[in-house]
Amino acid sequence: MSNEPARGAAPAQAPFGPEAHVMVGSADMFVNWARKSSLWYLLFATACCGIELMQTGASRYDLDRFGAVFRASPRQSDLLIVAGTITHKMAERVKRLYEQMPEPKFVISMGSCANTGGPFYKDSYCVVKGVDLIVPVDVYVPGCPPRPEALIDGILQLQKIIEKKKNFGAKKA
Amino acid sequence: MTETRQSIVLSKLAEKFGDAVVSTHSDFGDDTALVRRERIVEICTFLRDDPDCRFDFGMDLTGVDYLGEVPRFEVVYHLYSLEKKQRVRIKVRLHEEDPAIDSVAAVWPGLNWYEREAFDMYGIVFRNHPNLKRILLYEAFVGHPLRKDYPKAKRQPTLGPQE
Repeated sequence: MSNEPARGAAPAQAPFGPEAHVMVGSADMFVNWARKSSLWYLLFATACCGIELMQTGASRYDLDRFGAVFRASPRQSDLLIVAGTITHKMAERVKRLYEQMPEPKFVISMGSCANTGGPFYKDSYCVVKGVDLIVPVDVYVPGCPPRPEALIDGILQLQKIIEKKKNFGAKKA
Repeated sequence: MTETRQSIVLSKLAEKFGDAVVSTHSDFGDDTALVRRERIVEICTFLRDDPDCRFDFGMDLTGVDYLGEVPRFEVVYHLYSLEKKQRVRIKVRLHEEDPAIDSVAAVWPGLNWYEREAFDMYGIVFRNHPNLKRILLYEAFVGHPLRKDYPKAKRQPTLGPQE
């Protein structure tokens, strides 16, 4: 209480930091800040990109510091990181997992296989030529497989996308 | 010692099934018999139950596509006896017009999925199979990709969840 300025008097200094009592901003800014800072991603990986995903989540690269932790259920996830080759048979499952996630939801396509089919683009009978044929993708991370730094950059890019959302991320009519 | 016993398997097979065994050889210690498809279940049951054979383990079943040859397809069975520590390979040739053979899933239940794989990849039909449908690929897939005349650049339909 003693820190508060007297009623009617202008504060000597604008409150800032942990002592601030008021935050001013748009509701969108606040909601977007909350969403981008808690990107819980689905525990889902299909190929060697999954190993890099595990590295990214483990202690050395520590994805937790961006508020991104893995969840074992699509119903608790905000982010689907498609890490690895998606076959036509798996495509049905990917689509189903995506549809089970609650809005707002985001997708990162990690690695060449998920981006375009990668080394399986030309002559494979069973690989989907890009996961964007199955689910909408927000960020593509190139690499075969991408290093953890690249995936972290993908998450940061996604955070920038989320920051720019308007009207609580409502889809345009 | 082992070789004499393994040749017993082939000679018993030839003796019991006569014309149904087209040819046999034991090159490099691999006992192999080429048989006719009509009696494959009988032959397999015999190999499983005969006291000298005792092939209680169907290790592998696969297809081969000899494009340009007649007959075109081949089904290969690899059998192993855990009791006698012996192996045998059974081959059956199938014609392109009718690539069908009786299922041995009832003889070795473990070969159920191998037969489904051979059906999936080569289009070989296993008659009386309990559940002959694609195992690795999906239902909407067109063609059989390990056939040598499958166009390798062919694109397949991309699907969402099937209801």
